Amino acid sequence: MPITNNEIAALEERASKIRKNIIDITSWAGGAHIGGALSMVEMITTLYFKYANIDPANPDMPDRDRIVVSKGHSGVGYAAVLAEKGYFDFELLKDFNKFKSPFGMHLDSLKVRGVDVSTGSLGHGLPMAVGLALGARVQKKNWKTYCILGDGECNEGSIWEAAMAASHFKVTNLVTFVDRNRFMIDGKTEEIMSIEPFADKWKAFGFEVRDINGHNFVELATALDEALTADEKPTVIIANTTKGKGVDFMENDVRWHYGGLNSDLVIKAKASVERMFQRN
Amino acid sequence: MSEGLTWTLYDANTMTQAQIYGEVLCKMGQTRPDIVALTADMAKSTKIGRFGEKFPERFFNVGIAEQNLFGVAAGMAKSGLTPFISTMAVFTSMRACEQVRTDICYQNLDCKIIATHGGVSFGQAGSTHHCTEDLAIMRSFANMTIIVPADGIETANAVRAAFDWPGPIYIRIGRGFEPPFYETEDYGFTIGKAVEVNSGTDITLICCGATVLQAAEAANYLRQNDGLSVRVINLHTIKPIDTKTILQAVMDTRRIITFEEHNIQGGLGSAVADVIAASGKGCAFEKVGIPDCYCEVGYPEDLQSYYKLDTDGIIGKVRQVMDRDFEEDDDWEDEV
Repeated sequence: MPITNNEIAALEERASKIRKNIIDITSWAGGAHIGGALSMVEMITTLYFKYANIDPANPDMPDRDRIVVSKGHSGVGYAAVLAEKGYFDFELLKDFNKFKSPFGMHLDSLKVRGVDVSTGSLGHGLPMAVGLALGARVQKKNWKTYCILGDGECNEGSIWEAAMAASHFKVTNLVTFVDRNRFMIDGKTEEIMSIEPFADKWKAFGFEVRDINGHNFVELATALDEALTADEKPTVIIANTTKGKGVDFMENDVRWHYGGLNSDLVIKAKASVERMFQRN
Repeated sequence: MSEGLTWTLYDANTMTQAQIYGEVLCKMGQTRPDIVALTADMAKSTKIGRFGEKFPERFFNVGIAEQNLFGVAAGMAKSGLTPFISTMAVFTSMRACEQVRTDICYQNLDCKIIATHGGVSFGQAGSTHHCTEDLAIMRSFANMTIIVPADGIETANAVRAAFDWPGPIYIRIGRGFEPPFYETEDYGFTIGKAVEVNSGTDITLICCGATVLQAAEAANYLRQNDGLSVRVINLHTIKPIDTKTILQAVMDTRRIITFEEHNIQGGLGSAVADVIAASGKGCAFEKVGIPDCYCEVGYPEDLQSYYKLDTDGIIGKVRQVMDRDFEEDDDWEDEV
């Protein structure tokens, strides 16, 4: 399904709104993993607002597509998208991280509408996504499974166990993204524990690899269109992104892996996001 | 082999514990299309491969990758299937500990785990393959149900009951060579309800797994030779625990010994001790199992003997506890 200019404009607007909402939730929560939440906005927005067959009025629809946010630390971004899609009222997120709130920083599938799988411990999402995709095959269902990984998360051995299985079982009804923002909590991925040559690793594990600009909706749509028609190999989309994308004082600054925002910073951050939107 | 889903001593004598569950699963698979089976290069060792031979499209061998095994199973359960997963207990409870806890138990998924080679049933393999910690680990996972069947027939009962039991379940069996205890399966197996396999009023032996048979034989010997009336309880479900049966035994016999192929820290004995302590009732109490160490190497029967889990060892422990001075009144002056 080729993407139209109108769709791109609508997605840009949506992404900008989601970024501002992430800023608000972070300030309400007293702190959140905002850097990685901002870097994945385009890919998760593309899924929820263009590709995934889902219905917020019927979150348990049996034949819906499944989305696994394996980089569960980005719960603040995931929650912002779910609210924007209409799974629950955005105002409820004022309780994010608070006592007895259904919204902890890593979203719980038994408490939050629209969350298919609980994540938060890194390296767990891709194995579960492979299970969901195989589950569709066993039940002869056509729904797709999407999984979003972090790049630092790919240090975990379980990711590669799952990659091996996805390839072995030819799990082509699964599309995997890696949010390649090049940072993890302690610093740059290539300094802490290098994962390059990253595309080659996935290729060696039997994947079709798309290496794209993860903030570009045209590239995201093109890669997804190709991935969804694959019938031999599973596809990984390495989405090259900027950590903290859209908020100038956060971009590529590892200190914003996790952080809080006072009212002044909220205003500055939103103004930066607005400038990014106007530039586009 | 008998037809349908029933099992008898004949089956138990001709098939191992693991073979029986493999067959049960195959029969369940015929009528229950949502059952899938998974293993990590243990299709032959665990016998879950029988299901794979019959239903190849519903069988997944993920190779030697236990973390992925339980993650994939969780995903399948989330998709609406009922996974039965089988690999060794030591890798289930430790290599894949977090997947079992976070992916399966935290999300309260219908994953049915059949953990093999529990306790010292693979004794000759050494501590890398012994599993004397799993019950402690699994007990600490909310939502988890834990069953340690006494033999192959009870394993058949447990596997069948697991399908209709909501949420995650951990069925811990041996390597499959354990001698049968039950002759038929209609002795009243219910998850969460202990079975009194020998009645008695002097002392109670609470057991699970392979120790049930040994304790029953010890009770028989002690009745004939020592004139003792020994109650034996098969506490096949460690969690949720049958509090009522344990407290009834405390009240009736005032002497309790637990026997398990597990570290005495955290397993069956600790679960029973929790119940007794919380009740406020006093009794003589001893836990027999692996005494907080890594086991010696040896064939299971040699290790059971060494750690006092065989008939002779159990007889000796009963005599010790019967000799113990146990005060039933509240006179603590000379105790502390």
